[in-house]
Amino acid sequence: MTVESQLDRRAAVAALLKDRGDLLVVSGLGSPTYDLHATGDRDDNFYLWGAMGGAALIGLGLAQAQRGKRVLALTGDGEQLMGLGGIATIGVAQPRNLDIVVIDNQHFGETGMQASHTGRGVDLTAFATACGFAATATVRTLEEVQRLAGQIAEPAAGPRLFVIKVRAENPPRSLPSRDAVFIKNRFRAHLGFAAA
Amino acid sequence: MHSPKPNSKPNPDIDWPSELYRILKAADVKQMSYVPDAGHSQLIRLFSADADVNTNVLTTEEEGIAIAAGAWLGGQRSVLLMQSSGVGNCINMLSLSAIGRFPLLMLVTMRGEWAEFNPWQVPMSRATQPSLEAIGLKVMRAETADDLVETVESAAALAYESDQQIAVLIGQRLIGMKKW
Repeated sequence: MTVESQLDRRAAVAALLKDRGDLLVVSGLGSPTYDLHATGDRDDNFYLWGAMGGAALIGLGLAQAQRGKRVLALTGDGEQLMGLGGIATIGVAQPRNLDIVVIDNQHFGETGMQASHTGRGVDLTAFATACGFAATATVRTLEEVQRLAGQIAEPAAGPRLFVIKVRAENPPRSLPSRDAVFIKNRFRAHLGFAAA
Repeated sequence: MHSPKPNSKPNPDIDWPSELYRILKAADVKQMSYVPDAGHSQLIRLFSADADVNTNVLTTEEEGIAIAAGAWLGGQRSVLLMQSSGVGNCINMLSLSAIGRFPLLMLVTMRGEWAEFNPWQVPMSRATQPSLEAIGLKVMRAETADDLVETVESAAALAYESDQQIAVLIGQRLIGMKKW
């Protein structure tokens, strides 16, 4: 089936977010949360440690509440596969400030590296296109990721979904706080909302 | 828990969907998401026609739990509409609301408990309240239109002002009074 990518996920995420500016980022549970934290802990990161399938939809609610800011849901293939219906919901909602980036190692990396659907022919970009996304792409090299970083900084006509194919491996974990109330209140304070 | 007063009579003159819309607007709700139910149809129409509220139709109810959390991260209040069968789809995603203490208001129309014609609705009907409570939600329930309006007003304040996760169950006895 698909040829496995040799791209290092930490290098890819670091390149993607190098000049992120005021981008708001929600990360899916498991490796994407560690990847995001490894780029530096920030108030405008919201890390998930559960709620599998929810990352892109948290991004949707956030994007709808913060129309003037760009929102990125950074997730993995397994997490997004559990939320396939959410791609349809986002396709209907058509937010212009939401991008989904799937760090796709084609495996369930947290649970023993079992092969996932994306390594067996399931194409998340084709699904997103069928759901009315404004743009999609699959990238496999650091140079392509650097170009993608420029693209996600630009305005969009609607939601976009990008797949970054990476090597199937688990780099050393980079662990953010698991205290969701703390992370939530810190994120809201960053946007100017007082903690309740 | 709310329960009808022993002598309370259903008041068919109350247009409860319009009253709920008024209450939720007064509570500054800016996002509404739903999987349709006939009992929610008027409320869905009212919100869908409101340009100041972002309305999302969902493929499955748990999506609405995640959207509600994102809306709150971005400073907006939201409400989620579903029928009781959809509660079963929500359980793991409700971990997010519970562990993050995200304000959550779900309005759940009950099936499978009163003059129900479809036996397939009965098992999840029976499991609705226990499963919501097991994952940590506060469950409130209304059987009359008067009680429902008061209950949702109270639930909205608890959710948005006190960071609580609340499901209001709307008894099928009440829904049944409406002509579908």
